[in-house]
Amino acid sequence: MPKNKDIKKVLVIGSGPIVIGQAAEFDYAGTQACRALKEEGLEVVLINSNPATIMTDDNIADHVYIEPLNTETVKKVVLKEKPDSVLPTLGGQTGLNLAMELAEEGFFEEHNVKLLGTNVDSIKRAEDRQAFKDTMESINQPCIASKVVHELQDALDFAEEIGYPVIVRPAYTLGGTGGGIAYNKEELTEIGTNGLRLSRVHEVLIEKCISGWKEIEFEVMRDSKGNVITICSMENIDPVGVHTGDSIVVAPCQTLADKEYQMLRSSALDIISSLKIEGGCNVQFALEPNSFEYAVIEVNPRLSRSSALASKATGYPIAKVATKIAIGYGLDEIVNAITKKTYACFEPTIDYCVIKFPRFPFDKFVKAKKTLGTQMKATGEVMAISNNFEEAILKAVRSMEIGTDHLEIKAHKSLSDQEIIEKINTCDDERIYAICEGLRREITSIEEIHKITQIDLFFLKKFEHIIEIEKQIQKNLTLEVYDTAKKYGFLDTVIERLSGKPLEFESKQGVYKIVDTCAAEFEAQTPYYYSTHDEVNESLRTNKKKILVLGSGPIRIGQGIEFDYCSVHCVWALKEEGYETIIANNNPETVSTDFDTSDKLYFEPLTKEDMANLIRVEQPDGAIVQFGGQTAIKLTKALTELGVKIIGTQLEDIDAAEDREKFDEILEQCNIPRPQGHTVFTTEEALNAAHELEYPVLVRPSYVLGGQGMEIAYCDDDIIEFMDIINIHTQEHPILVDKYMEGKEIEVDAICDGKDILIPGIMEHLERAGVHSGDSISVYPAQSLSDRIKNTIIDYTEKLAMALHVKGLVNIQFVVYKDEVYIIEVNPRSSRTIPYISKVTTVPMVDLATKVILGTPLKELGYGTGLYRESEYVCVKVPVFSFEKLHGVDASLGPEMKSTGEVLGIGKTLDEALYKGVVAAGINVKENGNVFISVRNSDKQEAVEIAELYQDLGYNIFATGKTANVLNHNFIAANVVKKIDDGENNVMDMMNENKFDLIINTPTKGRQPLRDGFKIRRKAVEHSIPCFTSLDTARAVAKTLEDKKRKKELSLIDITTLRK
Amino acid sequence: MQKGILLLKDGTVFKGIIHGKPHHSIGEVVFNTSMTGYQEILTDPSYAGQILTMTYPLIGNYGINHFDYESHGSVVKGFVVREMCSYPSNFRCDKTLDQFLEENNIVAIEGIDTRALTKILREKGSLNGAIIVGEPTESEIASYLKEIDEYTIKEPVYEVTVGEKETHVCDNTKCRVALYDFGFKRNILRSLVRRGCEVTVYPASTSAEEIIKTCPDGIMLSNGPGDPKDCKDIIENIKKLFQSGIPMFGICLGHQLTALAMGGDTAKLKYGHRGTNHPVKDLKHDRTYITSQNHGYAVLADSISPEIGEVSHININDDTVEGVRYNNGVFTVQFHPEASSGAMDTGYLFDDFVSLMVEKKGRSKKDAEE
Repeated sequence: MPKNKDIKKVLVIGSGPIVIGQAAEFDYAGTQACRALKEEGLEVVLINSNPATIMTDDNIADHVYIEPLNTETVKKVVLKEKPDSVLPTLGGQTGLNLAMELAEEGFFEEHNVKLLGTNVDSIKRAEDRQAFKDTMESINQPCIASKVVHELQDALDFAEEIGYPVIVRPAYTLGGTGGGIAYNKEELTEIGTNGLRLSRVHEVLIEKCISGWKEIEFEVMRDSKGNVITICSMENIDPVGVHTGDSIVVAPCQTLADKEYQMLRSSALDIISSLKIEGGCNVQFALEPNSFEYAVIEVNPRLSRSSALASKATGYPIAKVATKIAIGYGLDEIVNAITKKTYACFEPTIDYCVIKFPRFPFDKFVKAKKTLGTQMKATGEVMAISNNFEEAILKAVRSMEIGTDHLEIKAHKSLSDQEIIEKINTCDDERIYAICEGLRREITSIEEIHKITQIDLFFLKKFEHIIEIEKQIQKNLTLEVYDTAKKYGFLDTVIERLSGKPLEFESKQGVYKIVDTCAAEFEAQTPYYYSTHDEVNESLRTNKKKILVLGSGPIRIGQGIEFDYCSVHCVWALKEEGYETIIANNNPETVSTDFDTSDKLYFEPLTKEDMANLIRVEQPDGAIVQFGGQTAIKLTKALTELGVKIIGTQLEDIDAAEDREKFDEILEQCNIPRPQGHTVFTTEEALNAAHELEYPVLVRPSYVLGGQGMEIAYCDDDIIEFMDIINIHTQEHPILVDKYMEGKEIEVDAICDGKDILIPGIMEHLERAGVHSGDSISVYPAQSLSDRIKNTIIDYTEKLAMALHVKGLVNIQFVVYKDEVYIIEVNPRSSRTIPYISKVTTVPMVDLATKVILGTPLKELGYGTGLYRESEYVCVKVPVFSFEKLHGVDASLGPEMKSTGEVLGIGKTLDEALYKGVVAAGINVKENGNVFISVRNSDKQEAVEIAELYQDLGYNIFATGKTANVLNHNFIAANVVKKIDDGENNVMDMMNENKFDLIINTPTKGRQPLRDGFKIRRKAVEHSIPCFTSLDTARAVAKTLEDKKRKKELSLIDITTLRK
Repeated sequence: MQKGILLLKDGTVFKGIIHGKPHHSIGEVVFNTSMTGYQEILTDPSYAGQILTMTYPLIGNYGINHFDYESHGSVVKGFVVREMCSYPSNFRCDKTLDQFLEENNIVAIEGIDTRALTKILREKGSLNGAIIVGEPTESEIASYLKEIDEYTIKEPVYEVTVGEKETHVCDNTKCRVALYDFGFKRNILRSLVRRGCEVTVYPASTSAEEIIKTCPDGIMLSNGPGDPKDCKDIIENIKKLFQSGIPMFGICLGHQLTALAMGGDTAKLKYGHRGTNHPVKDLKHDRTYITSQNHGYAVLADSISPEIGEVSHININDDTVEGVRYNNGVFTVQFHPEASSGAMDTGYLFDDFVSLMVEKKGRSKKDAEE
C-alpha cells in the first residue's frame, strides 16, 4: 500500500525528560521519525518537554512545543495546530499513554485526528494485562500463570494458590516501576500496595516467578498488509528475574538451536499478526533451559529501548521504517537505506556479536540498594561489537567508564574468598566481576556458578576463557599468547599489567568491519564500523579533510543526552563547512550513533588505545573534544600524545581550568575573586584546610562530572566520611576543599573566538549556591541581577575566556554573595545548558562554536558579540529525578548531582514558566491541602515566610515540634506532628495514610540514612508526595500556585517562531 | 592445533586451523548467512560438492543433537568458520560440532576472515577452492590451483538420493505422496507426514511410469544439489509426471527441473541464495514472506511461457523467480517451505498441496460415482 494521501500534518509526541527506564533512545526514535515524515513532505508538529533533545530542534519539526506532556497541553496543541493525525508509538510509554488517554476520551475522534500505526484496540490488547492474556490464549501462546488484581487481598489469595515467589508487575508504568519479586506474604503486602498505587489504573499483575529461565527478546515489525519480519533476537545473559534494561544482553541469541529460535520467532510473529501491530514491536520470552517450554512475558506495541538496541546492533533503521509503515507504506515498498538496492522487507543477518552493558548510577549513589530485580535501575547503556564474544564483552566493559578497563574491579582484590563467593550469590551490578574474580582465584567452578546464578554455561565458559588467557599472559607472554589476547579483546595496557612488564612486541591492533544488515551478501552504502581482530580492513581512508568528533558514551547522572545533542550539532556544522566527519561513540540510544548522522561512524570504546587505532587508520586533520562531555575531555591528553591536533581550546588550557594552582594564577592575573580554598590529598590535610577556612566548606575531587563526590561539610565528621567515600576510587588528581558561600548562583555559556565573546544569555539558579547546577531550577534570562552585576559577569567571562585561550564553548558558574561576584568554576567545553539556551535564545551555539573553532571570527557569524539580546519569554529548566527507582538514595538536593533529566517551562512571566516547568517535571502540587514542614535549625526563621505563603494559599500547616513552635510563635497556625520515635500516629504513619499533599524538608547534614529526614524524604518518594528540600524551591512554587488560583490561561509557544 | 589453508581458484589464501577430519578437499566455495541452524545446513544434501562457509562467526554454540539431521550425515566438501565452539551448551546437545565433522569425514577450517571471504565470493561469484592441511609451498599451491580449476560437481543427485524406495506411514492417512528424491531434506518428509500423508521416497533413478502406476495422490519433487541441466533423464521423467495430471509440488531443484521439463530455462546465479532471510513476494496475494533458501541456479522468468504457467513468487532483493504456478495446478517454489533451518512462514504451501490432493481425490471419487 503506498503512502496514505490523506495525511498532511502529523503530531509527534515525545517521551519527556530522561528518567530511569526512558532515556535517550526516544530522542533517537523521535528524531528519525520526524525526519522520515518530513522526507515525505508532511508537516510535523512536535511536543516534548525535554529541551536537551535533538528532536526539539527547530530544523527537525515544523512546529516545536517544549511544553508539559499532559492531556491538557496536547489538546491545546491539537486545537491550535489542527493536525490530521498523531504518531503515538515513538515517544516511549509516556507518549503512548498520553495518546491512549486522549483516544479513549474520544478527543482525537472529535477533532478528526487519526491515530497512525497500531490502532487503539491493539495497543490496549498488548498493554492491558488481562486482555493480553486472553489474546495469547486465543492464539495458543503460553503465558505465565498470573492474575490481574486491583485489591491487595486478591493478590495475596492468588499467591497462596500458585505459591511463592511471585512477581508483581504494575500496569502502565515505566521500566517496571513499583514492581518486584515477593517471597512471602509480608513482602507481597509491601510491594503490592506500592505497585497498586503507582499504576495509572490501580492495577497489578501477580505472576508465577520463573526466575532462572532464559530471557529472550525478539524485535519484530509488521505492516498494514500483514507482512511480518524479525529484526533481531537478543539473549539476556542474566536469566529471567533481572529487568532486561539492567541485564547484559547479547545479540543475536547464542545458546538457541534453530528449532528453539524458530519456535520463538514464529511465536513473536504470530503475536504481532494477531495484535495487528503496524510498526515496531518488542516481544519478550522466558524459555525453560531444558525443554521447549516457553512463556510470553511481555509485548511492547511501540518502539522501546530494545528497538534502539536492535536498530544499532543490526544497522536496520527501525524508527524510520516504523514511521513509514505508520503513514501507509508496506515493508516491501520501503527501500533499505543500507544497501539502497534491496527493500526493508527482509531480516537482517549479522556477522558479528553484539553486547549491551547497562550503566548504573551506583558510582554516584554509593548508598543505594544495588541489587537487581524487576525494577530497572540503569540510567544508560553501552554497546560493543566484535566477531567474538570475549572481545565484545571486554570492549563493552571499557566503554562503561567505571574505572576499569577489564573484567575486574579493584575493590574485589581486597576481598576474602568467602566474600567473593557471597558476591557471586548477590545479584547486583558487580556480580559479573565477582564471577570472574572467583574463576581467577579458582575458588569456584563454572558449574557451581551456574547453579547459583543460572547463567548459561556457554557464557560462563567465555568468562573462564578470558581468565585462562589472563593466566597464560601471567605465565609466559609469548607472541602467540599475545596474539590470542589481542584477538579476544585485551588492551595492551591490561596485557602489560598482567605480565608485569612493558610490551616486547609490536602492538597489534584491530581492523574495521562494516555493519551492513546482510553479512556482506550485498554491497553496503553504510559507513558504520566496528573494530575487531581480523585480517581485512574495510574502512578506507578518503582524501577529504576530516575531523574526528568524540561522543559522550553512556548516559549517566551528570552526563546526559545534552552532550549527544552537542556532538550531533557539531557534526552537522562540520559537514556544512565541507569536512568529512567521523564520530566515535558507544551509546546505542543516541542520534550520534545513527549511521546517517556523520560521514563515518565508529562504534568503539572511548579509550586511548581504541582511539589510537582509529587515528592510525583515519589520520584525521583534527579532533574536537569539547562537545562530548567529560568523556571526550578526558581523552584530550591521550589524543595530543597521539599527535592529533585538537581543534578548539587546547589541552594546557583545559588543564589550567581544572588545575587549582594554575587556575588561581589566572584568576589573580584577571583580578577575579573566588571562594577561598585548598587542594588536599589526605583526610588530615582536608581537616586542616576546613579548620583554616572555617565551616561550612565544599569538598570535591577535581576532574569529575556532575559534582561527583561533592558535599558540603559542616563538621569534622562530615569531612572524614566524605573523604572515605571519595577515596574508594584511587584519585589521580587532588581533592578540593573550598569555603562554601551561600549566595545566588549564576551560570553563563559563552562562545569565544580568541578575540570576542558571545553570551547568548545569563542564567540564574533558583536555589542558592550549594545545590548542584544540574539539580537546581535554572531561569533564563536572569531575573534579579542589577546591571552592575550583569556587567561584572560579562567582564569576568570575557577575561576568563581570553586568559584560558578558549576557542569554542566555555561554561562558567558564578556565585553572587553579598553583592559581589565570585567565580566557582570554569569548564572550557560544552555544558548541560547548551541545548536549552540555544533553543530559547535562538543562538545556535554549537553551530557557531564549531565554525569559530574552524577559524571564522564571531563577528562574521551574524549574532554579534557580547551579551545577546534577551528573549521576550522566560524559560525555566526544572530537573527531574528517578528516586522512586533507586532505593536508599536520599531525595534531597545538594552539591552532588542526582537528577537524571530535565524539562523546560516557557512562559511570558517567571511564574508562568516555572509553573509549566514544575508541571512538566511531574511535580503535582495541589492548590491547597496539607503541607508538612520540617526544617533544619538554621532554616527555621526563613520557614516562617514560606509557611505563610502556603497558609495564604489555603494550606493547613503541619510541622514537627521545634518547627511548629517557631511557626506558632510567628502567628502561623501549625499542627504538631510526632517524630518517628515518638510512638504511634507519628509523621510516617500520617504519610502512610496519605495525610500530606506536600512536604518541605531541608536536610540537616551528610547522608546518614538513619535520620528522620532521610526516612521522611524516602517515604515521600515512595508515596509520590511532592517534596521540596530547598526553601528556595518551596517559595518559588508557592508563587506559581497563586497564579494558578487566579486561573490564568497558560500560553502555548511554538519555539520555531522565536527566531522570526 | 593443525594449521591449514583455504585456497581459492583466484589464488587467494586464507590461513587457519584445521578441524574435523583432516584431509585435502576441493569443492565449490559458497557462503550461507544463517545465524542458527548449522546442523541442518551441514546435513542438507543440496550442499554436495561444495565447501560451505558460515558468515556468522560463532558456530557450534549449541553442539549437535540427534534430532535435527536433515539427512543421515553431511556431504559437504568442507566447512569454513570464523570461530568453532568447542564447549557447546544446550539441553539437546549430544556432541560437539568438531566431533560430528570428524565422524562424517568432513574437513573444516577455523580462524578465517569469513567476511573478507564472503566479499570475494560476492564480487567474483562462487569460486572453486580447497581446504589444504598444513602449510603448502608455492609450487604445491600451483599444483593445487590446477586441480581446483579442473574441479566440477558431477551428477551430485545420484550421490545423495536414496538407494531404494522407502515408505513412511502415518496415522489417519489422508493422502499418499510419492517423494521423488534428488537429495531431499528430512523436514519435507516430516512436513508431509505431519499433515497426514503416507510418503514413499523414490530414488532419482526411478522412471515416471513406475511412480504413476502406484497411483499416488500427489508427487513431491524434492530439493537437491547441482546444475539442474545435468539431470536430463529426470527432466524427461518429470515431463511425463506433469502430464499424468497428478497434483505435484516442487521445491528448489524440483522447481528448476519442472521448469526445464516444461520448456523453461535456468541459469547459474553469481553467488546464489543461501540463508534464512530471503524475502519472497507472493505476487497473487501481494504478501512478502521470509524464506529459507539454498540454491545456486534459478529459473529465468522470461522462459516461462504463459501457455504453461506463470511466475507466482519473486525474490524482492533481486527479482529472481521464486515460484511458478502451472496451468494444470502443479506448483513449484525455489525456496524451502519446510524451513529447517530457517523461517517457517511458508509452511502453508504444504497445506495447499494437501488441499489440492484432497480436492482432486474428492473429484475423482465423485467422477467415479457418477
